[in-house]
Amino acid sequence: MMRTAITLIILVLSSTGGDLCVAQAMKRIGEVKDFTPKGLLRVLGRVLREGWMWIGIGQMTLAFCSLLALLSWEAVSFVIPATALSYVTGALGSKYLLGEQLTRRRWVGIGLVSVGVLLVCLGQ
Amino acid sequence: MTFPQTPKAKTSILVTLLVMFGSAGNLCFSAGMKQIGAVRIGSAAGLHALIAQIFFNRWIWLGIAGMLLYFTALLVVLSWADFSYVLPSAAAMYAVIALLGHYFLGETVTVVRWLGVGLICLGVGLVGQTPPNTTRKD
Repeated sequence: MMRTAITLIILVLSSTGGDLCVAQAMKRIGEVKDFTPKGLLRVLGRVLREGWMWIGIGQMTLAFCSLLALLSWEAVSFVIPATALSYVTGALGSKYLLGEQLTRRRWVGIGLVSVGVLLVCLGQ
Repeated sequence: MTFPQTPKAKTSILVTLLVMFGSAGNLCFSAGMKQIGAVRIGSAAGLHALIAQIFFNRWIWLGIAGMLLYFTALLVVLSWADFSYVLPSAAAMYAVIALLGHYFLGETVTVVRWLGVGLICLGVGLVGQTPPNTTRKD
């Protein structure tokens, strides 16, 4: 139980950190408008030169290892919904680190997600 | 290649791809790790054996392919939409994974868990109704 809880915390924090870094990288690169193979390759080149992207990939690697370990112990229908905690930490990160505006509706949504995660864990 | 130019339409397409690839990838990882068994690392040799088992498991490679496609779609959509909008919109993945886990991997999903999954989807659906972009002026 303790092993699962600790691994889940590592998974949530590293996956949120990774996502936020990747979002920051894409904000810096700008909107993708050219969907031809050549255009997408050009974007890929810019993505690979973006420092935030590599920090994000490092954190995502940690999240991936935690996910594999969790999936070897627990059912996928428990593990994946439980990772929804990332939506709460991600929303907080979006507001305070990326400067996005969170309306009341978004906060209510986050509250519902939290209760949902609790039910998923209790229902194991 | 023609692609819808309205933010709503192109975001919907990319979010649908996110859900498809993410669900398939996670399900493949689960199938692979179930084949490998519970992770127990007591020594360097044990860790070696585990890495080899993961490396030679075809489900893990299919999962990696699914997640690479998921990641590509995520990068593209994040180039124009808020992070706090994109991820909640992709929450349909929870329902899809629970359904696939139940029907294809034979996992038990209790009523309480279904209720939790429903609330999660409702919550992230509410978040997804807010404006997709709050940081850029178009």
